[in-house]
This record gives sequence, structure tokens and C-alpha cells, in this order.
Amino acid sequence: MNAGSNSSLTIETPEGVEFSYELASPMLRALAWMVDVAAIAVLTKGADKACEWLHSLNPDWAAALLAILYFVISIGYGIVLEWRWHGQTLGKRVVGLRVVDAQGLRLQLSQVMLRNLLRLVDMLPAVYLVGGIACFCSRNCQRLGDLAAGTVVARVRTPRAPDLEQVAPAKYNSLLAYPHLAARLRSLASPDAVSMAVEAVSRRDGYDPLARIDVFRELAEYFQSLVAFPEGAREGLTDEQFVRSVLRVIYGGKRAG
Amino acid sequence: MIIDLARFVAAERAYWDELHGALAKMEAAPERRLALGEIQRLHYLYERCSSDLSRLDTFATEPQLRAYLESLVSRAYAEIHETRAPARIRWKKAVLEFPRAFRRHPGAFRLAVGVTLLGMAFGWFALKVDERNKAVLLPFSHLLIPPSERVAQEEHAKEDRYQGVKATFAAELMTHNTQVTVMALAFGLTFGVGTLILLFYNGVILGAVVTDYIAGGQGVFLAGWLLPHGSIEIPAILLGGQAGFVLAGALIGWGDRTPRVERLRAVAGDLVAIVVGAAVMLVWAGIVEAFVSQYHQPVIPYGLKIAFGCCELAALTFFLGWVGRE
Repeated sequence: MNAGSNSSLTIETPEGVEFSYELASPMLRALAWMVDVAAIAVLTKGADKACEWLHSLNPDWAAALLAILYFVISIGYGIVLEWRWHGQTLGKRVVGLRVVDAQGLRLQLSQVMLRNLLRLVDMLPAVYLVGGIACFCSRNCQRLGDLAAGTVVARVRTPRAPDLEQVAPAKYNSLLAYPHLAARLRSLASPDAVSMAVEAVSRRDGYDPLARIDVFRELAEYFQSLVAFPEGAREGLTDEQFVRSVLRVIYGGKRAG
Repeated sequence: MIIDLARFVAAERAYWDELHGALAKMEAAPERRLALGEIQRLHYLYERCSSDLSRLDTFATEPQLRAYLESLVSRAYAEIHETRAPARIRWKKAVLEFPRAFRRHPGAFRLAVGVTLLGMAFGWFALKVDERNKAVLLPFSHLLIPPSERVAQEEHAKEDRYQGVKATFAAELMTHNTQVTVMALAFGLTFGVGTLILLFYNGVILGAVVTDYIAGGQGVFLAGWLLPHGSIEIPAILLGGQAGFVLAGALIGWGDRTPRVERLRAVAGDLVAIVVGAAVMLVWAGIVEAFVSQYHQPVIPYGLKIAFGCCELAALTFFLGWVGRE
């Protein structure tokens, strides 16, 4: 139930507290890049249009301005946006990614510039082949520019509470009759497993019936392996109902009865 | 110990909200200096939230709450433990940073010059061995004709062949040369091998051209043609090479026991300062090449062009060597 070692970057502070960034996969980054390519295309088209009026006055200066604008847009797009939007370009915003310092410190302008300038090598020989291979090979999914600049691309987490009434309605919860076991479950269950259970409950109606039974059986077995509730607490509960009761316990449910 | 999550959240939420507000203010205005009281309070809130996260890690598993606290602690950590100056562009400092960064890495610049000279020597040698190598070494058609023939064409030209395209030509030179300079830096990622090849190749072309024109008795024309823009353009590409070798040095880390991440972090600012400085130089070089270098005697006397190039070189040497010394 634990995430793979390459999917997150954990940083331990001098105070001994750990926090982590969920790293963006190469596929997500490719998706963000496609949006950025589209945005750059729109900007260059806009530059093209803007130079049209100058063309009637002086074709030479219009062509020069256009050549410079193309160059500035292609190099400056990433630098300006990542700097102004704290590590995000339009594509990264859409996909929910952010460039962060690999040591958890404040992202510096020099880091943003370096990772964007070194993109020239990452893009070689075409469609980010070098950068993509580097991403797959590096521990923290970093392209060469990220390695040199000391940055990683992380997923933006927007912590929001799940809709408990939808995933685990506040009905009678037999597990809460055992507050010490409920508290033990709350402290032992891994956050990844809990998130997975929330996802599973939210999407349960979309599952194939057999898959639905399998998913909830596995989740129920996992939670049962952490804390062994007495038979009475699980009596008459399907695996799915048990998982929903577990979620109510974890997110702070009312007492039984 | 068992945590009562609801009571825990109710007791701590005010501190989390306060820290969130303080961080939002700092992130919106990174250059603002905090008063001592504010710093103490920020540190207290950071430690309190860290402790809450630690308690939650040990005694509860609620993922959303943990994610929220992790995000607060990570943001506060970034603000408190960051020792680099807050990001604010000060133009005077940015201008002075370029020559300072250049002077911090003299070995890398010497290496860039050495590799280019080696390339020039190769270019000279290749042309001395067999003049037909010119067709292979020189990628520009106007350089393939005998120098004396080209000088005669240029000096007796009836019309301006750059008429109506001068600005476009300048823009193309600027963007192309800036790309080459950035590539020289970026190829540092290949442990310097790419930078070395690029500088060597540039040197070969330069060496072949110089050999060809001097052997053809057109040394004055060559100086008048190359010096006005070359005195800035060639050093700019050498600076890109210097940045590439600095990057390679940080990657390799000969005899340096500092972790690679730290070595790269230490040179990142210098690399950017050098490359941005070189790019600005190339803008100037592009303008000069399009508007001055391509015009020869009798339009612009060679002496004037050579003097202009020498003045530029002297000014650049002074700027890189002395400006911003502390």
C-alpha cells in the first residue's frame, strides 16, 4: 500500500519532521508540455499578427522584430511564467504540477533560468528524448535541466476533505463501539491506503461488479490486518460496508448508538 | 498515546491559520524584511506546526489533514531555512554580477580559450596540408571564393547587398549566436564533452578563415571585417564555453567532497549571470555585424573599423577584468 520510492521526494527538516512532494510522472509532464507548446504557438501567432502593422511601414524591421519575438517567446515563456507563478507554467497549472526546489527551499530565479536554458539539451534530438530518458532513469524523475538546477516537478496537492456523507454516511457505526480499537486503527492505517479507500468508495458505482467485490475485499483485509475488531463489530457487514465504517472512524465519526 | 482528532484540530487550527496567513504575505512580497517580533512568531508557528505534523504522523492517519500540514510546514521550511538572498532583480547588482561571476572561474575560461586556439591550430593545419579542405571546413559560400576575389567584389560593390534586410540579418545573428552560446553552456551536462566539441569546431572555422585570408595577403581586410563584431562575439561564445565547463566541473567535482547537488547549487547563479551577460553582448555584436562589419573601404575605412574593434575589446577587457571588484 505504500507508494513506490520514486513517486515522492521526502525531505527531513533539522527539527526531525518529514514532509514530502508527490513527484510528477513523465507522462503528466508530457501532458503539461503539450499545453505549453499550444500556448507558445498562440503567443507566436499573436506576435505574428502584432508585427503585421509594422510590416506595412518597414518590412525589414518587422521581420527582425518577429525573429526576436519568436526567440524570446520560446526561451522566455518558461522562465517568466515559472518565476511569476511560483514554479508553474500554463501547462503545469492545467495539469496540476509545480517546479519546486529539490531541497524544499525557496525556488530561485537562477534555478528557473537554468532549468529552462538547459531545456535545449533535454529536447535533443527531438520531442524531449534526452530529457525523457533522464526522467525515467533519475531517482526523482528529473530531466537534465532539473538535475543541474536542483529542482523537481511535483504534483500540486489541494488538500480538501472528502464528502463524508457521500462516502460514509453518519449511520450507526459498530466499529465506534470499540473506541480504543478505533483509535488504534486511526493511528496505524497508512494515508495512501485511506486515500485509496476514499477513491474506491467514491467510484464504486463505476466498477464492474466482480472488480468491486475484489477491491473492497482487499481493502477490508488490509484494515482488518491492522486492527482485529471482535466478530460482533463486523457482524452482518459486507467488505464494502466495513471499509465505509473504517473511513468514518478515520475521519472522526460520532460514537456508536 | 491516542489522539482525539476533533479536539486536536479545534485546538491547533488557529495557529495553522495564522501561519498560513503569514506565509501568504511573505510569498506575495518576498523582498519585505520582517521585524524581529514577526520572525520570532513565524519561527514559533513553524515549530508548532512541525510538532503537530509529527504528532499526526505518529498517532493519526487522516490524509487530508496531514497533506495540509505538510504543505504548511514545507512552505514555512522554505522561508525559514533559505539562506540565499530574496529574489528581487536589482539592475546594478545584476550588471556587476556578470564580471564577478566571470572572474570567479578563470580556469574554465582559460580552458575555453585553449580549446578554441587548439581548434584554430587544427583549422590552420588542415588548410596548410591541402587547400581543398576549405570546402569541408567552411560552411559559408562567400568564404569559399579566393580572398582576393572577395575583397575586390566587396570594395567595388555598386550597391548595398544588405539594403532592406539589415535589421533582419542582425536579428538572425543575435538569435543564432545566443543559441550557440546557450548550447555551449547546456553541453556542459555532457561532462563538458559537448562544450569542448562545439568550441573546437568554432575554432577550426575561425582558424581556417584566418589562415585563408592571411595566406591570400588580405590580413587588413580580415581585421577590418572581423574585429568590429568579432571582438565581442568571439568572447561571448568563449563565455558560453566557460559556463559549460563550470557546469561540467560541478558535475564531475574533482577532489571536491561536497555533494553534487551542493556543487551545482553553488554555481547556478554564476552560470546564469555569465550566459545572460554573453547574450547581451551578442545583441550588440549582431547589430555591429549587420550595420558596420559588412561595409568595407571606401564606405568605412579599414583603419576606423580596426580601431573601433580594438576599442570594443579594450572596453570588454576592462569590464570583465575590473568592474565590480570589491
